[in-house]
Amino acid sequence: MSSEWPLWEIFIRGQHGLNHRHVGSLHAPDAEMAIRNARDVYTRRNEGVSIWVVPSNSITASSPSEKGPLFEPSNSKVYRHPTFFDIPEEVGHM
Amino acid sequence: MYAQLVKSEGAKPREEMTAEEIAFQDRIDRGEKIEPKEWMPDGYRKTLIRQIGQHAHSEIVGQLPEGNWITRAPTLERKAILLAKVQDEAGHGLYLYSAAETLGVSRDELLEKLHSGNMKYSSIFNYPTLNWADIGAVGWLVDGAAIMNQVPLQRTSYGPYSRAMIRICKEESFHQRQGYDIMMKMASGTPEQKAMAQDALNRFWYPALMMFGPSDKDSVHSVQSMAWKIKINTNDELRQKFVDQTVPQAKYLGLSIPDENLAWNEEKGGWDFSEPDWSEFFAVIAGNGPCNEERLGARVKAWEDGAWFRDGLMAHAEKAESRRRASRMAAE
Repeated sequence: MSSEWPLWEIFIRGQHGLNHRHVGSLHAPDAEMAIRNARDVYTRRNEGVSIWVVPSNSITASSPSEKGPLFEPSNSKVYRHPTFFDIPEEVGHM
Repeated sequence: MYAQLVKSEGAKPREEMTAEEIAFQDRIDRGEKIEPKEWMPDGYRKTLIRQIGQHAHSEIVGQLPEGNWITRAPTLERKAILLAKVQDEAGHGLYLYSAAETLGVSRDELLEKLHSGNMKYSSIFNYPTLNWADIGAVGWLVDGAAIMNQVPLQRTSYGPYSRAMIRICKEESFHQRQGYDIMMKMASGTPEQKAMAQDALNRFWYPALMMFGPSDKDSVHSVQSMAWKIKINTNDELRQKFVDQTVPQAKYLGLSIPDENLAWNEEKGGWDFSEPDWSEFFAVIAGNGPCNEERLGARVKAWEDGAWFRDGLMAHAEKAESRRRASRMAAE
């Protein structure tokens, strides 16, 4: 029984000036083949100008069950948003 | 489309649910997407693996009836188009296998279940493609039915499945149009060509209607799947929509739908039509369709004949990696 090819996560830059964005995953024996396969699987209709491939097992993710405490610091600091401050109308656009 | 008889697990009334299950159902009811590592009921996970797996299998087995005509397409342009379409189906299979893998099942496991007959694929692909017009009918009717089913599934509750559906739907409309384009050519051709187009419609009409699965009254698993939003519309709703959309398209081609009971129903604002022969459907699902053996045989052969290639690339990758490691160590 042959072993399954490793899994890769695929990131594509859709246009110049945009970030690479996760589009999905695929199996490939190595990074080079992962890029070739990603070209065939995820860019058949001009979806990209650049491809990143990352071994799936190299990604460390935050845990969904700790979502609350992990993001609490940003939730509790509403003053980080400009709408927190009332600027009088006569001041004009700010 | 492509998941017709998915057994759904774990249906229970709210008062019997655990706190976790209630919180989960509430998230779905609010329209939140469920993501891979988040808590989900075991039945949700199992049902999804079954449904997405069946869907993925249908995409790749669906390559076979069309692949049959790549070498015999009437022009080079038709051949290139069909090749691109069949390549898309491979891509669709891959998006879906990837989505299933996020639920903790490996692609090899899913393929093993397909090859051993423990998982199903859509009944439609067990019918033969006998002439070139069949390729038109498949694109027009089979991909048309698939779109009907897949468009609402873009809103399904499981994030990776929903995202795969969005990608697939973007590509699917090319498939249906190329099929209808073939039908237009055939239907406006010589009397013999038109007869071929009519014959293809005659043979694919009822199998296409079966793609939506059994009638709602016989569809025992729909309720739980709809509560989980892994199924959005009932089988009969989608079938009705498909008929309503397709009847005028057939009329434009000058072809007739092979159903003497077809009649406009003013009251419901849709067409009345004959049900397909459900005993045929269950026979095909059980493995006794005209091409079940051939299709599965071709899949297993491709998998086994490709083993040396998969192993060879893996061996090459491992060798290259160890060479890289050795030269890194030498440099240090």
